[in-house]
Amino acid sequence: MKKEEVPQDKSNLESANFRELCYAVDENGEYTTENSTGWEPKTVALNNAIEEINERIADAKNRVLKGETSPIEYYMELHKMDVGILSSYVGFWQWKVKRHFKPSVFKKLSEKTLHKYAETFDISVDELKSMS
Amino acid sequence: MKPETKIDFTHHQSAHCENGVVSNLMKHNGFTVSEPMVFGIGSGLLFCYIPILKVNYAPVITYRALPGHIFKKFAKRTGIKMKREKFSNPKEAKARLDENLARNNPVGLQVGVYNLIYFPDEYRFHFNAHNMVVYGKEGDRYLISDPVMEEVTSLSEKELEKVRFAKGAFAPKGHMYYPIAFPEKMELKGAIVKGIKDTCRAMLAPVPYVGYKGIHKIAGLIRKWPKKKGIKTANHYLGQVVRMQEEIGTGGGGFRYIYAAFLQEAGKLLGNEKLIELSKEMTEIGDLWRDFALEASRIYKNRSRSVGSQTDSYNKVADQLGHIADLEKVFFRKLKKAI
Repeated sequence: MKKEEVPQDKSNLESANFRELCYAVDENGEYTTENSTGWEPKTVALNNAIEEINERIADAKNRVLKGETSPIEYYMELHKMDVGILSSYVGFWQWKVKRHFKPSVFKKLSEKTLHKYAETFDISVDELKSMS
Repeated sequence: MKPETKIDFTHHQSAHCENGVVSNLMKHNGFTVSEPMVFGIGSGLLFCYIPILKVNYAPVITYRALPGHIFKKFAKRTGIKMKREKFSNPKEAKARLDENLARNNPVGLQVGVYNLIYFPDEYRFHFNAHNMVVYGKEGDRYLISDPVMEEVTSLSEKELEKVRFAKGAFAPKGHMYYPIAFPEKMELKGAIVKGIKDTCRAMLAPVPYVGYKGIHKIAGLIRKWPKKKGIKTANHYLGQVVRMQEEIGTGGGGFRYIYAAFLQEAGKLLGNEKLIELSKEMTEIGDLWRDFALEASRIYKNRSRSVGSQTDSYNKVADQLGHIADLEKVFFRKLKKAI
């Protein structure tokens, strides 16, 4: 890649006001660095990934409202987590976390357990319980 | 510790966080080592498909060595002694950090990205192998030199604790590191040779998931994705491949340009013309990786096409990858002979 070819496309970096560093060759073939505001192919890839996550969040919310899963799954998706990551934050086995997705099990969870989830999601226990 | 400590530390932006922290800490200690040099000596370049891991519900491939390895290899090959500490107790982790700052010693930290508030939201994933330097404290705010950022920034005590104790794969556990002893004279030449040999070994490894064979493997998988997984999932997977290749930190082309920069610098230092020629070749291979990303993005941008035409496009990008794999095989054989 030549220095003048380093892409300067619009991207999500703009919101944080920073440009990333790329390596490229100058007119004498010497390596140098150049900042880039973004490159469309990867912006599209990132936007698609975000969209995918948003779909997962919406789907989880729907299922909570229909009584098919507990709010824990919704908040897990909201925080871009999967069961593995969530289980390491709350300190339960993965199968246990999955069990807590069952609305019937969720209803009977102790205050202490709920507190662990609420803390991980940075919300209050009431907020965690009242999502409906 | 005094309420205000600001170590005289110069922030240089880098493409990748791990090289950047090493390069910046070295510069702080009076040794000028460029980012590509750290990357090359630390054998940062790699291609590896990790079939057992999924991130964001898509397969993972990496274009560089595992987190921490570049650093470890660089230190070993240049004869630098590093002190590394991990903590189970956040209070203790904070106390040790404050102690070092009070001694005027800037330290490297491994952190999770998800709670790094100065990153754009879209980039905040549960990725735990990010690196930064802490170089001081003002009031309750730590002064941060994050190598991928253009400027320095800061985090509150609470915010820093959160990122130091992020959970999940590669959990940092407060990981803190800094150089404690340097060789009398920095001998880069031998280190460069070791670094290159190691990279050639990895890229030519006779195992299916690594190096040029790994690239062939991914090319083969890409061919199958549209039929096996459906267009939606296939697009999601392909998008992730491109993101891993071009995400912040690679310097473009899945680290191939940084590596080319390293070969150029190494060639000059060793007086080895062949390395300078190979640097040009690596740049061309980097351009092919960029072409692949561009072509792939056309596929996932255009989501409404029929399965038939999508399969053709998938075969086309897989062909591109196959071609790259062949070129890298030849390239690393030549590189091995050149040193």
